[in-house]
Amino acid sequence: MSAAGFVAILLTSILVENYVLSKFLAICSFLGVSKNLKSAMGMSAAVIFVMVVATVATWPIYYFILEPNGLGYLQTIVFILVIASLVQFVEMFLKKSAPALYTALGIFLPLITTNCAVLGVVVLNITKSYSLPESIVNSLGAGIGYMLAMFLFNGVRSKCDNADVPKPFKGVAITLVAASLVSLSFMGFTGIVSGIFGEV
Amino acid sequence: MSEKSGKMKVLTAGIIRDNPVLVLLLGTCPTLAVSTSATNALGMGAAATFVLIGSNIVISLLKNVIPNKVRIPCYIVVIAGFVTLVQMVLQAFVPALYDALGLFLPLIVVNCIILGRAEAFASKNTVIDSLLDAIGMGLGFTLALLFIGIVREVIGFGTIFGISLGENFQTVSIIGLAPGGFFVYGCIIALLNKLTKGKGVKRKSFDCESCTSCGACSQAKEGGCEK
Repeated sequence: MSAAGFVAILLTSILVENYVLSKFLAICSFLGVSKNLKSAMGMSAAVIFVMVVATVATWPIYYFILEPNGLGYLQTIVFILVIASLVQFVEMFLKKSAPALYTALGIFLPLITTNCAVLGVVVLNITKSYSLPESIVNSLGAGIGYMLAMFLFNGVRSKCDNADVPKPFKGVAITLVAASLVSLSFMGFTGIVSGIFGEV
Repeated sequence: MSEKSGKMKVLTAGIIRDNPVLVLLLGTCPTLAVSTSATNALGMGAAATFVLIGSNIVISLLKNVIPNKVRIPCYIVVIAGFVTLVQMVLQAFVPALYDALGLFLPLIVVNCIILGRAEAFASKNTVIDSLLDAIGMGLGFTLALLFIGIVREVIGFGTIFGISLGENFQTVSIIGLAPGGFFVYGCIIALLNKLTKGKGVKRKSFDCESCTSCGACSQAKEGGCEK
């Protein structure tokens, strides 16, 4: 596949089909962790990292073990187990060999096992029958998209906290409405990729 | 008599008082993604309820066997088993729904309601109570999803369960798309706040404690990830 194809996949997963704002994945952590910029960025970095590593691990498992043996239906159960043990392993590895990285990402790693964007992206890579390089690019895009959404939404939320909103909307409701507006702004990207690169 | 009312309480808690979607604000991802139509909402609710009942029973039966340290992976394996079952059944008998739910079917595995109930209830209570709790929570999830689904389908597409409400019905198509999901959910929460004078919705804001993974997170127990 050409370089343009990779760029198209990357832009699609960052902007057009943003995993948080248009696919509704990882909403819980998006709403929960976006309050504090430092933890939002730490969490996003950990998500990008785990997404790419999980893709590198699950793609070969599906195509070299599950599919040739007709075990495709075990996909869900195998993937979640691989992700869970992988996260555990990465945590141990980082603690031992890259303590600086561990201090930055460490506390977010256990959270990521149950982050639906990670399971979502590896399942989608298979559903869309991407090749391994395409899958990696797609996961990278999904992670960057998550980080972008987190970053933007953190700014919106800090404005929301100081705003005078109607009483019933205070707290949760205004956060959701604000997320709706951020999501609306991302809809402006619809068609941008096919506009630049033609239909992919 | 008191025994009976205790059981009744367990059953009804999930439907109204501790409704997972509208009161505890759990399971936001499937709630927003699948509530584009009433049919999808009902299908998702039924699938999740089945998984919840199955996993609650099995986890409650195994609660003395599962070592505490590896309990979360154990729960996930049990839940993933039931999810695979649902996937296969739906693919075989209701392929249209299987396609409509798409990615969100395997993602039931990481649905925080199910893992949350396993951790908070099934691992501590008897099989019968866990079953009742699962039925209540499942029904609460389904009803809330159905409600949001109907609102979004009527406003966004002018249909209800796929039946048209007439050609003159003015639709606002954005409600059926992604931003509409957040918007309708937010408005329903605000409405509930108004009706119950702020007492109905238990979770007041989205912060670290509300993170789905707090069951598995060591930071949450030590005072939140911001520290």
